[in-house]
Amino acid sequence: MSTFVTAIRSFLLLEVLKGLGLTLKYFFKPKVTLNYPYEKGYLSPRFRGEHALRRYPNGEERCIACKLCEAICPAQAITIESEPRSDGSRRTTRYDIDMTKCIYCGFCQEACPVDAIVEGPNFEFAAETREELYYDKEKLLSNGDRWEGEIARNLAADARFR
Amino acid sequence: MEMIVNFLTSPAVIALAWIVIKIFAVIVPLLIAVAYLTLAERRVIGLMQLRKGPNIVGPFGLFQPFADALKLLSKETILPSGASKTVFVIAPMLTFVLSLVAWAVIPFGEGMVIADVNIGILYLFAISSLGVYGVIMAGWASNSKYPFLGAMRSAAQMISYEVSLGLVIITVIMAAGALNLTDIVMAQKEMWFCIPLFPMFVIFFISTLAETNRAPFDLPEGESELVAGYFVEYSSMSFALFFLGEYANMILMSGMTATLFLGGWLPPFDWPVLYLIPGVVWFILKIALVLFMFIWIRATTPRYRYDQLMRLGWKVFLPFTLIFVVLTGGILLGFGLLPQ
Repeated sequence: MSTFVTAIRSFLLLEVLKGLGLTLKYFFKPKVTLNYPYEKGYLSPRFRGEHALRRYPNGEERCIACKLCEAICPAQAITIESEPRSDGSRRTTRYDIDMTKCIYCGFCQEACPVDAIVEGPNFEFAAETREELYYDKEKLLSNGDRWEGEIARNLAADARFR
Repeated sequence: MEMIVNFLTSPAVIALAWIVIKIFAVIVPLLIAVAYLTLAERRVIGLMQLRKGPNIVGPFGLFQPFADALKLLSKETILPSGASKTVFVIAPMLTFVLSLVAWAVIPFGEGMVIADVNIGILYLFAISSLGVYGVIMAGWASNSKYPFLGAMRSAAQMISYEVSLGLVIITVIMAAGALNLTDIVMAQKEMWFCIPLFPMFVIFFISTLAETNRAPFDLPEGESELVAGYFVEYSSMSFALFFLGEYANMILMSGMTATLFLGGWLPPFDWPVLYLIPGVVWFILKIALVLFMFIWIRATTPRYRYDQLMRLGWKVFLPFTLIFVVLTGGILLGFGLLPQ
């Protein structure tokens, strides 16, 4: 008897019709697509994107060449060379990040005692050549100048959890 | 000069020109329809998956097919070194041409048909069966594993489902009493064949899915195991021809379904008001409806396993259609309903 019922059910294509009904229901549902370049999703203040070297409000660079970021970097993407500057403070002469090696773990910004190296909210820095992704100090500082507003806001938003 | 004018105005030349015009009047809209079918498929499947689908190129993404075509045309045509060159080149052309040739007998409206032949339905069936040659040639000429396996699957599948397709067509011929497609449509004036022959309509539709290698019977191009099936080795224009041929075949099969079961160009009810809308519009609407079903089913069902596919074709559809052929014949004869 049950085989007979099963046969009837499969001949009436009940399951297929049920499935078709379901897809038709979804056909009319509101869509979840984000038209990416035109619409953008929400980014957490903790988002780890493109790196930036920050400055103090008076324009002095924050980095004191302690090399903690270089030491902690698991991908060994950071290279730092330093020398005392004419006023006697220790500063970097070279601060390179190989963005093709970087794994965006955020250890560098955790290690930094002066909040100099941070990962900003920018993730749209794709390039057509590898050379463009070998960031030097100048590039990182200019990133810092460009994104300072948002970086400061994100750091403030996340400050009480740190 | 006069000789040229005489030649150009001779009845034979005018008749020929008229045929060429008619052919273009069918093929050009058909190719545009194919282009937009690809877009419609992506949009509809997208909508059913809660996505929006392509909507950037042009208003509502309407220029997307042209962007795709340009991209394909600008690509390099690769002839694999191990391939059998002639057959490799001919296969996509054959597929494409065969999908267009069949339109010669499809009536778009009363008297609107390129060739009103009396065995139209046999011609249609023969041409759609020939489609398997393009597939086999492509798979064989590529001289590569995946296309070969894809072609084998495709050929076996198309041949299996053609059997039940043929039997379904026999019931329609019995009910209509004609092999001419125009007569078959006219026989549905009171009632479309999809109502009295409903089980046959369903089987015909499912068989056309298998015949055109569409989901859930798209084993020949099962991406996960065969990459793309019989046209793995094709690129650029030859790939585009396969693609166009496949979609033109879908439209052809929808046209066949509309003609055989959905009353061709006839309006849904036999009311004089509905005849104000030209028959072509009704026909195109019906084709669009069937094509939507094609896409809808693709968005709904997963792929069949190969043995399940063969079981369905040979163990379910074939006996069922055979019984139905006998049943239809018996009822038509017993109740004296045979068309005169």
